Amino acid sequence: MTMIKVENLAVSYGHGHNALKVLRDVSFEVAKGETFGLVGESGCGKSTVLGALAGRIKNWSGSIVIDGEGADPKRTKSQLAKQQMVFQDPFGSIHPRHTIGRTLLEPLEIQGMDRRHERIEEVLRDVGLSHNFRYRFPHQLSGGQRQRVAIARALILKPRILLLDEPTSALDVSIQAEILNLLKDLRERENLTYVLVSHDMAVIAHLCDRIAVMHDGIFVEVTTRSSLFRGDVAHPYTRNLLDGSRGYVATKPPREVAVG
Amino acid sequence: MLWLSLVGNPLALGGLIVVAVLVVISALAPLLSTHDPIAQDLAFALKPPSLANWFGTDEFGRDVYSRLVYGARTTLYISILVTVIVAPIGFVIGATAGYLGGWVDTILMRITDIFLSFPSLVLALAFSAALGPGIENAVIAIALTVWPPIARLARAETLTFRHADFVVAAELQGAGMGRVLLHHIVPLCAPSIIIRLTLNMSSIILTAAGLGFLGLGAQPPMPEWGAMAASGRQYLLDAWWLTTVPGVAILVVSLAFNLLGDGLRDIMDPRNA
Repeated sequence: MTMIKVENLAVSYGHGHNALKVLRDVSFEVAKGETFGLVGESGCGKSTVLGALAGRIKNWSGSIVIDGEGADPKRTKSQLAKQQMVFQDPFGSIHPRHTIGRTLLEPLEIQGMDRRHERIEEVLRDVGLSHNFRYRFPHQLSGGQRQRVAIARALILKPRILLLDEPTSALDVSIQAEILNLLKDLRERENLTYVLVSHDMAVIAHLCDRIAVMHDGIFVEVTTRSSLFRGDVAHPYTRNLLDGSRGYVATKPPREVAVG
Repeated sequence: MLWLSLVGNPLALGGLIVVAVLVVISALAPLLSTHDPIAQDLAFALKPPSLANWFGTDEFGRDVYSRLVYGARTTLYISILVTVIVAPIGFVIGATAGYLGGWVDTILMRITDIFLSFPSLVLALAFSAALGPGIENAVIAIALTVWPPIARLARAETLTFRHADFVVAAELQGAGMGRVLLHHIVPLCAPSIIIRLTLNMSSIILTAAGLGFLGLGAQPPMPEWGAMAASGRQYLLDAWWLTTVPGVAILVVSLAFNLLGDGLRDIMDPRNA
């Protein structure tokens, strides 16, 4: 079953000759329970795709169908609750003067949901935080804990889709694995659909089933995890990106220096 | 925590004490005064300070000390009322402009610019002359001159948080403008607006005194420090206490509010923490 169906999505900023086309023509489908990855260099339009899906960017053209329902640029409250976003920077994505409990209560109030107390405790348990985190402020939490709170805030509305905008790139390497495993568990438990933006090939490989390689506002190639691993890719840009992600590989073994 | 850092800042603490004393004096004015502030006794006109009249008497024989004590009420009344009126108006105009941007921002900020481009005392004078003399009208006139800087401040603060991820997250959950402004922007703007309002108190007091001095604020026989200084001006050479005593009171209270505001800025502004 398709969860997200995007056809001929285009976004441009400005008018006339100065118009900057950020997204030219993007079409893709994401199945229910699937994780769809978007990779590409900075400024290629990855985050714009997420923004249009989330309802943050309103001036797009084309068509977006989410969970069988056509989405207009202006969404209703219940349409907004269907997909939630997790941001890159856990230090900027949580209100600095709200306690964690307040941060988690806010979406429930907006959407007029019941059993607020229980839902907050449930979602904190789901992301692996004890319930007394409710009374803490963000500055009393580590980066990884904050990102867990950000995920909890996204999950509390019981969305079908999580939009992940580089969810681990601001975190320590050791914490990255924790968050990725948490996301993986949650996906299975809640039967969520993910759209993940990253430029870290390791993150993409860990989570994604299918990967779209973006360059200059279009998809140059949509490939699967296994073919990406095998290096079985068609487009030269993808190959370039893969080579770049491997980092520096010595072509010759270092010469041994005789001592003495 | 706020209290401890205030104690560590002697100037701000001094300001706070003076302001607290002002509040106590206004509250207990009937107990603290030695005479009726509006009872005239022409036989005792223009007496120098003595044990019976601590700060002397004015041209109608009224006790200057008692008038000073009751005048504290007028001063506090005006400055608190102006602050209470101005804070929400300034915040709503500034935050709306900053949040919505575009033509709303342009219109609201040009209106603010028009108000800012007049010297505030002249503007207050014009308004209170148009509305008629009296203390309520003086409050309205002063409020009209005080809100623009608050609106500017609120707009600037709103702009810094407008595109923060936590605001975007709230919008993506369905939060409307009212909720974003009230729940997300207010807690972040509040410290700088409170600081600004405290610093403004002294200029409100001075403007009120200026209006009183020119006869457009509190009307006789109501005791008001500016009006008291004005009426004593004619007797400045013979009866120095008539102008000096309310003048010193205005000076001390304005200074106290300024020191307190400065101290609050050091304590509350996260950028100084």
